[in-house]
Parts: sequence; structure tokens; C-alpha cells
Amino acid sequence: MLFLHFYCENKSFSRSRKYTNTGRSRCFLAMDTIHACFKEKIGEVLLPGDVFSFRLSESGDGSIKTEKIICGPGLRRNGEEVQVCKSGILRHKQPNMYWIDSQQRRYVPAKGESVIGIVTAKSGDIFKVDVGGSEQASLSYLAFEGATKRNRPNVQVGDLVYGQFTIANKDMEPELVCIDSCGRANGMGVFGADGLLFKVSLGLVRRLLAPQSEIIKDLEKIFPFELVVGMNGRVWVKAKTVQQTLIVTNLLETCENMTSQQRQTLFKRVAEGFL
Amino acid sequence: MSNQEKKTKKLSTKYYYFMQRGLDAELKKQLDEEEKRIISDEHWFLDLPELKAKENYIIEERSCVPCEDLVYGRMSFRGFNPEVEKLMLLMNTHKEEEEDEEEDDVSRMETDITDEEMARRYESLVESMRNKFAKKRNRSTVTKSEEDVNCNVVGDQPKKVFLKPQD
Repeated sequence: MLFLHFYCENKSFSRSRKYTNTGRSRCFLAMDTIHACFKEKIGEVLLPGDVFSFRLSESGDGSIKTEKIICGPGLRRNGEEVQVCKSGILRHKQPNMYWIDSQQRRYVPAKGESVIGIVTAKSGDIFKVDVGGSEQASLSYLAFEGATKRNRPNVQVGDLVYGQFTIANKDMEPELVCIDSCGRANGMGVFGADGLLFKVSLGLVRRLLAPQSEIIKDLEKIFPFELVVGMNGRVWVKAKTVQQTLIVTNLLETCENMTSQQRQTLFKRVAEGFL
Repeated sequence: MSNQEKKTKKLSTKYYYFMQRGLDAELKKQLDEEEKRIISDEHWFLDLPELKAKENYIIEERSCVPCEDLVYGRMSFRGFNPEVEKLMLLMNTHKEEEEDEEEDDVSRMETDITDEEMARRYESLVESMRNKFAKKRNRSTVTKSEEDVNCNVVGDQPKKVFLKPQD
């Protein structure tokens, strides 16, 4: 039998707000109640400094912890506690994933994310790529499909590359690769013979890449085009003519601050005006 | 006599062992033990109690891609770029397959590798074989310009032919 002491506590540091201690409760219960502690706050706005803490008593076994909690972006582990470090709404995904849904324009590199980068320099064996973070990422010339020491990839300064991060933490320079673990490109690499690159906020990027994105569904009804979305807020669009490309660009940029109703009426108008 | 025998035995094992094809099993064991003894005396170790790493049940995840199940970033609509559309299907069904591993898809025949992958591998194989047997001068110009997903155009240099001297 595993005994757990836990309580939820909202601490405020520099703000003068005071939270009522509605979540404070001490119980001797099983692991499920950790989830209950989070569940109270799902869908609510949290501020940096809020803490969810779970304390283990020493009389417990301590080794039977089959359930794990995954803290996504915006939540941070601090010993036995989970702290909120970004302001936003708490979201939940089955079975055990929690994260903070927040809005920002500045990108922070994270491992495994696919981004659009601009090659800025070529030095020896690596390319320096600007990904919009605090540092430029490095991309080895061997990290392309079918690249060997003799067969160098055809990458010039100013090219657009679509790649994934293999190393991205605050202590080291981020590293990009354009192949996956099997050595296949999977669409990564240099792209963009024509088209237009522009920047949007990260929240819009997540909405575009959501599994059943309404914006994408509405957009594809207008005319055929090609789209590359990087997690760093950069979007590249290509359509048949320059005018169409600019139309798509403008639609995407204005989508950000519109409700779905407004967006649908706007798209309808564009589609009609175009035809 | 027995001492002499012993001495000779010792001598032969010590000084002539390198002449033998292989050491005996016993000799090997003895040598290994001696080596281990030497190593363990010189081997430095920390005289601390064994520290067990605490198993943390809170895992940190920095990226929001698994949180929100984001799809693949390259997209093409209404057949603008067929290669990218194939990629979209491949990458997104790959992601779905990871989630629904229990569902049985009876409509497609079970193969070790999919047809698309087979075609792709064969394509690259043909390309590499062509490259291998192409003349050294032509090797660099044999590129996949038509099949490239990004439609990057590489200029074709005029072939160098032997010029007869005009003398």
C-alpha cells in the first residue's frame, strides 16, 4: 500500500494577487489522485510560479511507481514538484501528458522538432543555419541523404533547408540534420526554388499542424498550392502564380487574429473573387 | 631428480611459451588471474556507498509535437507537388500506425516492406548502379533532377569531346 501526502498550492511571488486555497487537501490515497490534482486546473489559466507538489512519505515502498507523468512545454520538474514556468492554459492528453498552452513569437529550439532554416555560412565541414533562435544551428554536410565525403550536397548560402534538431538544449549550440535515424531524407533537405518565406507566431503554426486543422481544410478549397511549415514560426508558400502566392500569404497572416466564423467568410469571399 | 624436473618444467613454461602454438587452458587461467590481481591492486575506485539513482516518475518533455500530435510539416494540396503528397500520406499513416497497432488492416496484403518503399529502394539502386558504371567525367552530372522533390534545376555542362588538332 503506497501512502502519499500531497497538496496543491498556488504561490505568488511578485504579483499582489492572492489565491484562495481551494485546492488544499491532505489525503492518503493512491497514485490516481496526482492526476486529480492536475485535473482541477485543466482548462484554467495558470501563471508562472504556480506549484503542484507531491510529497512521498518515507513509510511507503517508494519503488512501485508504474505511472509516469509527462510534463510538456511550460511545466518544469523541480525535485518532487511540478512548477509552471509560462503563463497559459493547462491542457491534458490521455493518459498522462500535461502542458501549458501559451502564445509567443520567439522560438526556442527543442529536440525532435522540424524547422525551416536559412543557410548563412559555409565553413569547412558544417553549414551555419539561422533558425530564429538565440544561436545559429550547425548542419553537417554529411547529414543529407546520400552524402559522402566525396559526394557533397549542393547547398549554397541563402538556401532554405527543412531539418530536424538532434541536439537542442540551453547549454550547447543546436544541431540540425536532414535525415532521419534510418538515413532517409523523408522530404527534408534543401527546398524552395520559388515561393515566399514569411514569419508567423508559434500558436498559428501549432494550429496549422494540428491533426484536423480547419484552416488547412478551408485553404485547400481555394486553389492548389504547396506549403512548408517550420516549428520556428516560418512558413513557406508556393503557388502557380505570384498573385496566388501572395493571397495565401496574406490569408495565413490574417488568420491569426480571426475567429473561425470570420475566417470562413473571408475565405469564401476570396474563393468567389478568384473564380 | 624431481627438483630438476620441476625446474625444467618451470623453465620450459616460462621461457619457451612463446614457441608454442597456444597456451594451455590452465596456463591461460593462471596468467589471467595474475593479471587481474595486478590490475585490481592498481585499480582506483571510489570508496563510497552505492548510490541508487532515484527513479523519477515525472518526465520532462520540451517539444510540443507529441503533446498535440502535430502532423508532418510539408504539405501540398490538389496535386501541386505529387512527391510531397506521397510523403504526406507516408508520414501521417506512419504516425497513425504507431498509435493503432492493434487494428488489423485486412485490405492490404501483408508484406515485409511496402510497395512504395520497394519502388523507392529500387529507384535508388538503379541510380547508384548507373553512377557506378558511368564514366568518371559523367559521374558528377548524373543527378536526379527530374525526380527531385524540390524541382531543383542543375545546369548540364556540354560534354567534352576530343578536339582534333587543326595542324
